[in-house]
Amino acid sequence: MSQPISSRSSLAEALSGWPPPVLDPHGPFSNSVTTLAWVLIALVAVIFVLVCAAMWVALYGSDKLRAQLGGERVVKWFGLIVPAGVLFVLLAWGTTMVAGMTTIKGDELRMRVSGNIYWWRVSYLDTAGNEIHADANELHIPVGRPVVVDMVSEDVIHSFWVPKLGGKMDMIPGRTNRLKLQADKAGSYGGQCAEFCGGAHSLMGFVVVAHEPADWQRWLDARLAPRSAAVPASAEVLRGSQLFGEVGCAVCHRVAGTAAQGLSGPDLTHVGSRRSLGAGILPNTRGTLIGWIGDSQSIKPNNRMPAYRSLQAAELNALAAYMESLK
Amino acid sequence: MTRSATPGVAGAVGDAATAPSETGFDARLYERFPTQGNRPPGELEALKKVWETPTGWRAFSAVNNNFIGFLFIVTAFGFFVAAGILSLVMRVQLAAPLAGIVPQETYNQLFTMHGSVMMFLFAVPAVEAIAVMLLPQMIAARDLPFPRLSAYSYWAYLIGGVVFFCSIFFSLAPSGGWFMYPPLSSGVYSKGINADFWLLGIGFIEISAIAGAIELIVGVLRTRAPGMTLAKMPIYAWAVLIFGVMIILAFPAMIMVTFLLELERAFNWPLFDATRGGDPLLYQHLFWFFGHPDVYIIFIPASAMVSTMIVSVAQKPLVGHEIVVLALIATGFISFGVWAHHMFTVGLPGLSAGYFSAASMAVAIPAGAQVFAWIATLASGKVQRNVPSLFLVGGILIFVMGGLTGVMVGMVAFDGQAHDTYFVVAHFHYVLIGSMVFPLFAGFYYWTPMINGRQLSEKVGRWVFWLIFVGVHVCFLPMHLSGLMGMPRRVDTYLPGRSWEVPNLISTVGAFIMAAGVLLFLIDAIRCYGRKGGNGNAVNVFNGGTLEWLATGNYAVRSIPVVHDLEPLWADARLREDVEAGRYFLPGTATGVRETLITSSSRAEPQYVQVMPGPSWWPLLAALFTAGFFLLLTVKALTLSALCGVLTVFCLMRWVWSNDRHLPQKQVDAGAGIMLPTYVAGPQSHGWWAAVLLVITLGMIFMMAMFSYLYLFGAHPDWWKVAAPRGALVPGLLLLGASAGLAYAARPLMARLKRGSGLSAAMMTLSMVCLVAALAVDGLDWWNAGLRGDASGQGATTYAMLAWHGTIVVTVVLSAFYYLARWIRGLAPGPANKTLEALRILFIYAAIEGAAGLLLPRLLPWGGL
Repeated sequence: MSQPISSRSSLAEALSGWPPPVLDPHGPFSNSVTTLAWVLIALVAVIFVLVCAAMWVALYGSDKLRAQLGGERVVKWFGLIVPAGVLFVLLAWGTTMVAGMTTIKGDELRMRVSGNIYWWRVSYLDTAGNEIHADANELHIPVGRPVVVDMVSEDVIHSFWVPKLGGKMDMIPGRTNRLKLQADKAGSYGGQCAEFCGGAHSLMGFVVVAHEPADWQRWLDARLAPRSAAVPASAEVLRGSQLFGEVGCAVCHRVAGTAAQGLSGPDLTHVGSRRSLGAGILPNTRGTLIGWIGDSQSIKPNNRMPAYRSLQAAELNALAAYMESLK
Repeated sequence: MTRSATPGVAGAVGDAATAPSETGFDARLYERFPTQGNRPPGELEALKKVWETPTGWRAFSAVNNNFIGFLFIVTAFGFFVAAGILSLVMRVQLAAPLAGIVPQETYNQLFTMHGSVMMFLFAVPAVEAIAVMLLPQMIAARDLPFPRLSAYSYWAYLIGGVVFFCSIFFSLAPSGGWFMYPPLSSGVYSKGINADFWLLGIGFIEISAIAGAIELIVGVLRTRAPGMTLAKMPIYAWAVLIFGVMIILAFPAMIMVTFLLELERAFNWPLFDATRGGDPLLYQHLFWFFGHPDVYIIFIPASAMVSTMIVSVAQKPLVGHEIVVLALIATGFISFGVWAHHMFTVGLPGLSAGYFSAASMAVAIPAGAQVFAWIATLASGKVQRNVPSLFLVGGILIFVMGGLTGVMVGMVAFDGQAHDTYFVVAHFHYVLIGSMVFPLFAGFYYWTPMINGRQLSEKVGRWVFWLIFVGVHVCFLPMHLSGLMGMPRRVDTYLPGRSWEVPNLISTVGAFIMAAGVLLFLIDAIRCYGRKGGNGNAVNVFNGGTLEWLATGNYAVRSIPVVHDLEPLWADARLREDVEAGRYFLPGTATGVRETLITSSSRAEPQYVQVMPGPSWWPLLAALFTAGFFLLLTVKALTLSALCGVLTVFCLMRWVWSNDRHLPQKQVDAGAGIMLPTYVAGPQSHGWWAAVLLVITLGMIFMMAMFSYLYLFGAHPDWWKVAAPRGALVPGLLLLGASAGLAYAARPLMARLKRGSGLSAAMMTLSMVCLVAALAVDGLDWWNAGLRGDASGQGATTYAMLAWHGTIVVTVVLSAFYYLARWIRGLAPGPANKTLEALRILFIYAAIEGAAGLLLPRLLPWGGL
């Protein structure tokens, strides 16, 4: 199976803060916000300089200048009339912009992301809204096509935010919000929970991966293809798959096509192909897998997965090998 | 030899000639002032003696606004410093990625406490404290109208605040962020009592704020110096009035939301639990309906402090005074329509997002008008170069920056990116520091001479200013960038490799620069206030024009002048001398006890002499037991808590017991032979006004409860499973009608009948019984229909309404017994007494509230009729 985006180092790029992602748009919705942001920044800067100039005149200006500034006319014009005009124009522009970003036509691709303490359940939906594929912490979208993502929560309020692709949307228990998402260039785009959700809120990241449309279709077809009972590649992987059931991983995690059908933790069917671990916070390597399984609590305190400190090194290795094999 | 009339008297008399009198007072009587001749010996000494602050440990029983106001300000500033220290720890943790300075849970407690303490224990109380201190002086009242209430609200705030703050030392502090959104703050996701401590702390602030607001509103409207019409009232008094009105309209939402959250936590009523027909967004609506006006509750009085000081440093009247007053009113008004701009990302419908965006923009306009009024005023005069003017100018610039980024986040599309990031953190710190903290510091430097006759050091003050000013920018300017770089707020750490290190490190440095400035200020303040040897003799060093510069003792001014100017001291050069010599109203103590002059609300015509309560231990004890009640309830010590509750009620009753008293003198000479009554009941009395304001507050709280009911029904009608029972309709309404009717009739009967006093006591008792019976009928009706509080949103909101009404009913029961006790002791005489007047307002209100709660779920279409 081809991996259209192969580089693991893309994780670092996805979450990079420079250039500031809000000002570095990669999709049509973020693009218009960025235009708005620059206009606002320029406007605000100009107004601030004018106020400073007025203040300077008030304090240090000549008597003549000060006399002109020191009357009620200034208050009326610069305090009331001009601001009202500027704000009205801004508002009209901003309102039309929002309408363009939120209108849903109905022919968009559909996906669903559910916020969980402190990770994301990802579902790919058919047009009727039924789940056709389940995953976690990584959302794959095609380039150039709007995707409507249903935003739901399974516990507390979270907020889904990929600054390079657009504004955020809260996930509120009992409600389904919808966010339109579109990337104009293949690549991976980092995001992070933006609404404080308790303990490890600061370590609740995720990645949106945009593929060229043909690559994306191939990727989805591969994911949807029926999974044959995989033959373990090695004795270590076999041992890992046994341990997975024995030590209790399967209680919370699902691996499609096996007995592991737990749903309270992230789906691990394709964990080996993910770009990150621990919800967008660690690169996905043998070493980080071992560290996460053995003691995720010291990496991400208060996450829901208990630390398995009693596992031996060989057992951790076997589990990690099994995880790596789940492509 | 007679003098020509002073500007104040001439103005007041002239003004009265153009408009009819409000009370029938003859304004020409003002012409008797300033009086001639020497005042009788011993008069000033007697005045001083009745206003003396108790010394030694008895000082804790003091109730004067100078004393309480000063403690209040010091305490609020203490919380500012304490919350600032918490933020320093946070800044150290964020200085580098994955720093391990404090554990995750501690950090979450730190930012929750920083926000909660800054908002609830510093900002609101600080502006209230300054009003307590300054307002009476500025309008030449001897004290606020309810000095014991001030004392109680201060002590409740101090005790509640300290207990709340100390929870951080025991890892018991809340950790859900200062707005404590459920479900995170619910019993499921916040086990333990940490969130309850938050509710406890907030509960005290609610009590304290409401009490303060009622007292300040009555203070502004009823205790102004004669002749000081609304048009001639200082801008600061306007701001305090708007502040008070906003509190009694906005805090009810907060009271209801904390009440509902505690009900959910304590009894598992699913008010905000979406799995059982509650809704987390209900909390957000209620919280921000309070939370956004709260920002203006802080801003409005602080901005009026700026207006007052700007006039002084420019030595010119405020340019556009009327515009600024209107701007303050407009700000207060609009601020109630912008709350959902904190919720642009919750998925609001486009139309309502557009409306809230428009309203948020609109609120920028009056703020802009004020800024240009300040700049124009500075331009019109020759600005004195001193520390207050530095803080004023610096504060205005910082505020403008925060206001401008506010316009940015008011745009829905941009807010989608900026919301819940460090951009917003930068924005509101600029707003609050510029509009509130800098004016506060300016105020410290400006009004210190009024308090202790000394000045804070001008030399040190310049250092303080530049350190804080530079620190603010170094700390908060980079945060705009870190927000645009994708850094969410409320993160205890961040991963390396995102380029967030540099702006965060700079911010941390800035925080410490600010802290250095505050530390320097503290040292100077302790030096200035701690100096031995009584007060200094610096008088009006900034040549202010308002009346607070006349105050000389606990009694404020020696005599209460007739004024009719915005800057009376500038208008009348001899005002100080005349006031000091006792040539105006109440030059001594007319009744032999503490007193102040009550004037009419609009034209400030003298109406009566209010006798004021003196020092008392009961407010302090009541506050202690209130604290004990809530605190023990929080730690689930129910018996002890109940005991404290009973003791609280006893102390409160004991304290008001002596407030309603008749003096032997029915009329006294209020100065220059003008005779005024000493006892007034009914709509003229200040107590009646307070009762009405209290009832408005209660009504707002109940409206919030009804809103919650309607909101949940609208959001989750599928959880409305129990058809409304109608059995209680007729008996309930009859009982409530009887309750209201009895309370209403108690007064006319007392006034007309010979034995009316006893009859009215009996009627009040019966009214109470009817009210209790109606509540029982209503509640049982629902219970028998099978509705349970923990089963659904319907049950939770219905019983929440009943529960809140229940607390009002309990109050009515206690009041009825109180009144009965007074009657037995012969303290409820006819033809009218203040206690009955106030209580019947409460009783009638309670009956109306009961009827609203009875009807709402039964009569609306979905009620099964």
